[in-house]
Amino acid sequence: MAVEKMSLAKALNESLRKALDTDPKVLVMGEDVGKLGGVFRITDGLQKDFGEERVIDTPLAESGIVGTAIGLALRGYRPVVEIQFDGFVFPAYDQIVTQLAKMHARALGKVKLPVVVRIPYGGGIGAVEHHSESPEALFAHVAGLKVVSPSNAADGYWMLQQAIQSDDPVIFFEPKRRYWDKGEVDTESIPDPLHAARVARAGTDITLAAYGPMVKVCLEAAAAAEEEGKSVEVLDLRSMSPIDFDAVQRSVERTGRLVVVHEAPVFYGSGAEIAARITERSFYHLEAPVLRVGGFHAPYPPARLEEEYLPGLDRVLDAVDRSLAY
Amino acid sequence: MTVENTAARKPRRSSKRVSAAKKPTGSEPQLVQLLTPEGERVEHPDYDRHVADLGPDELRGLYRDMVLTRRFDAEATALQRQGELGLWASLLGQEAAQIGSGRALRDDDYVFPTYREHGVAWCRGVDPTNLLGMFRGVNHGGWDPNSNNFHLYTIVIGSQTLHATGYAMGVAKDGADSAVIAYFGDGASSQGDVAESFTFSAVYNAPVVFFCQNNQWAISEPTERQTRVPLYQRAQGFGFPGVRVDGNDVLACLAVTRSALERARRGEGPTLVEAFTYRMGAHTTSDDPTRYRHDDERAAWEAKDPILRLRKYLAAQGHADEAFFTELDAESDALAKRVREAVRAMPDPDDMAMFDNVYADGHALVDEERAQFAAYQASFADAPQEGK
Ligand SMILES: Cc1ncc(C[n+]2csc(CCOP(=O)(O)OP(=O)(O)O)c2C)c(N)n1
Repeated sequence: MAVEKMSLAKALNESLRKALDTDPKVLVMGEDVGKLGGVFRITDGLQKDFGEERVIDTPLAESGIVGTAIGLALRGYRPVVEIQFDGFVFPAYDQIVTQLAKMHARALGKVKLPVVVRIPYGGGIGAVEHHSESPEALFAHVAGLKVVSPSNAADGYWMLQQAIQSDDPVIFFEPKRRYWDKGEVDTESIPDPLHAARVARAGTDITLAAYGPMVKVCLEAAAAAEEEGKSVEVLDLRSMSPIDFDAVQRSVERTGRLVVVHEAPVFYGSGAEIAARITERSFYHLEAPVLRVGGFHAPYPPARLEEEYLPGLDRVLDAVDRSLAY
Repeated sequence: MTVENTAARKPRRSSKRVSAAKKPTGSEPQLVQLLTPEGERVEHPDYDRHVADLGPDELRGLYRDMVLTRRFDAEATALQRQGELGLWASLLGQEAAQIGSGRALRDDDYVFPTYREHGVAWCRGVDPTNLLGMFRGVNHGGWDPNSNNFHLYTIVIGSQTLHATGYAMGVAKDGADSAVIAYFGDGASSQGDVAESFTFSAVYNAPVVFFCQNNQWAISEPTERQTRVPLYQRAQGFGFPGVRVDGNDVLACLAVTRSALERARRGEGPTLVEAFTYRMGAHTTSDDPTRYRHDDERAAWEAKDPILRLRKYLAAQGHADEAFFTELDAESDALAKRVREAVRAMPDPDDMAMFDNVYADGHALVDEERAQFAAYQASFADAPQEGK
């Protein structure tokens, strides 16, 4: 066993390093990923060790980055592209949605698009406009894309390598406010499958389902609820497309209650999808309607308001109380 | 070595090409210059007439604009360090490009800036404290774009060049003789939006000036990572003129921008101005330039400082005495003090502000969420304060 304590940022860096090392077809591309090591230093030192032909500073053009990654993938490479911040993926959205997602189907399965698009996402770091958004639903809605988000260092390490090994395009959302959180990474263990949800904390009274940055908040809420005698189960979904509905169903059928928590706006969000499916699957097991906690139908606010906007401990506990009150 | 030479002589292996040491020094053959780094006025056959009206008052005015803008910028940087601002994008080194182009504008012209155009904002009469709200995190803009014909800062790279083009198309449709100017960086020149704005403005002959401040870097990436030909030459392929100006020469920036604006007003369409300048500081206060560039590069550019150069000229011409400089120092201090106090007094927005102005016509869901959130917040009012 090789267990090491490291930050999520470091785990992602190690994961990229491992991928570059094991497969000469893996490329890392993006703005400032070379000398600077990325604005969050996720690619720190990689260009030094693997050279400018493998770790590529690109022109400042997201459509260009993803569009050329598609071409490289068609030529047999496995590009891992970095989008600098969530709000800057949209110049590339056209390429991702109209081309990357659909090409495998259009080519009757004859071409593969093993492209990973890494996106640091979510709020909580006091940034300016376009640096704090959670656009995962916009990608999960598109058939042909897989969408995942690790919540901790171990998943960061393993899920990124699994995403790179996948022959499908994967949108890899990294919870940027968790980059500096440390966790244990076993670099030799057999990881969970990429799209499997995991029980992050077992409980019997209610299930909280979350992913990425909100898993930590939910674990804190569960700990706080325990002091009030409530047993809260926390499910880390890990993947937003596909969603491991079986795992959610199993949990809900044990606890009878479900609250879905995410930073993204609730309206048309992943919580809506989960609530609808679970209502279909587990209607007679539910003791309360599935509740959702998330962002509002408003632009992500300026930094001084983000604490109000982001679901925190109190809003999660409030939803737990409302659910238990049914 | 010039950019042209770099492109022509080394067309092969990309891995060896990018190097800070090989960056051009600014003594470019095509560079329009009216004032040398030593502060000597040099003649230019095409552009002298565009600054022929400048007397000592106007020259001192340009100097004052640059000094106050630099001071404002330095104060904002300090305020960021003191935790009053979340972030700051400094314009240090780019004062001449911004003041020169900004002072070329008429009141009825319209400006589309990026996020670093504090000097242009100054020329438009935008209160500098308004620029800080976004960086403090209390709003996403902070001013009414129409009150000074100065649009909001745009963070998504290059987007505003299309807005400027569309606005200019509207100006032309209206039969007005005003012009539009769009600011962007050398990095932004790689964005599809910028290429599309070139296409549209050329095809519709829009009265727009594209003012690219080539400050040599896009965060850690040198201009060579964006283009293999000098940026101003790109215009030619779209069918309009491009000109490279010494971006540290306020007179040349003024002259070249005036000329481009006049051309737009005459109905002759767009111009690309590449102001060849240098970002003296970090990209933003979050950036660490020591990871990607050498100190000696900055030193070389310091010798071309836009403010020093005009100061030398003013002094040599006898256009400014010590009293002028002393008074300006006092004015700078006062500005810095005003900015500092205004920032510290800037209130946090009301919690409910996030639901404001989401739609012009209102929206039932926003109303519902606003009411729910208000009720939720009110539920804490009676309860004893819980730790978060
Ligand atoms: C579409 C988009 N991609 C990435 C970014 C992140 N970013 C902000 S500024 C910047 C560099 C811009 O360089 P340049 O256009 O040369 O302007 P400068 O900042 O040097 O004035 C980058 C990559 C962004 N704001 N928008």
